[in-house]
Amino acid sequence: MGLFTELKDSISRVTERLFSEQEPKRIGIYGPPNAGKTTLANRIARDWTGDAVGTESHIPHETRRARRKEGVEIERNGKTVTIDIVDTPGVTTKVDYEEFTDEMEEDDAIRRSREATEGVAEAMHWLREDVDGVIYVLDSAEDPITQVNTMLIGIIESRDLPVLIFANKIDLDESSVKRIEDAFPQHKTVPLSAKEGENMDEVYESIAEYFG
Amino acid sequence: MPKATNADEPDAPDGVQIDLISGERMDGMATMEKIRMILDGVHEGNIVILEEGLTPDEESRLIEVTMSEISPNEFNGIEIETYPRSDTRDSSLLGRIMGSNESTAKLTVIGPANQIETLHKDETLISALVSRD
Repeated sequence: MGLFTELKDSISRVTERLFSEQEPKRIGIYGPPNAGKTTLANRIARDWTGDAVGTESHIPHETRRARRKEGVEIERNGKTVTIDIVDTPGVTTKVDYEEFTDEMEEDDAIRRSREATEGVAEAMHWLREDVDGVIYVLDSAEDPITQVNTMLIGIIESRDLPVLIFANKIDLDESSVKRIEDAFPQHKTVPLSAKEGENMDEVYESIAEYFG
Repeated sequence: MPKATNADEPDAPDGVQIDLISGERMDGMATMEKIRMILDGVHEGNIVILEEGLTPDEESRLIEVTMSEISPNEFNGIEIETYPRSDTRDSSLLGRIMGSNESTAKLTVIGPANQIETLHKDETLISALVSRD
């Protein structure tokens, strides 16, 4: 390779790095269905931009398409980080439309389950290709040691993505943050209630620290 | 792979087929070949047991492909259980017998979601209940 070509490549690499550092980080919000991912995404988006990301519901798979809120600028303790929040459907290995038939007509339940499966497949694809970091949301009132959680954390670790675990729903009596800390001791766990807005200061400090 | 039993066929044996797939057989396969083999078995109602599990990337693709094949009243997904990986795993009896230091050396059980129910799981035991339908 000639001197000129080497110099050109070197300048190109430095330029790319400079520009990539200025681009917002794409932070995927992952976790099982009904852990409160959309509630958290909405809380963050409303606090820093005034707009919500998506609709919240108690019915599993309310979020059936990955939704992005761009350019969310979070500032804490002198650190500022600009992120694109990607709210993803709850990851699962099974979707049965009959689970929704108590809440809606069969046709709607079938459509919902089809959209949910497409959404989960899309979320897995995003995880392999398109996110720079992960916020993994767990319901602290539920047992965190499930196969899907273990697999997802393993997949995230294998991609060397920075990950923060958020133990959501600490407002519930059955909540146990320690159970989550014990399940995934290799990662920082932040307790919160996205619904009630509890401990959001620590949430934002952790986001600024981990993804800034 | 042998064909699964089919309860609708009059002469079909009454039972659930279990495919025990060795690490050696999986070694020579590409990711999509492994996933196809697993899901073809599960679609036929079989329980698939992998001696050496899947890599994280393969697990991610398995979930993705499974989602694309879910269909109302026909196939509603998979149930999957794996011994959790741990730092002590390689010094276990199975690890020593198999002579493997690969981090993917883990036993994985996969079955149709509507037929397999995990009763108990810890680092040394997976207990599952398998029903015919």
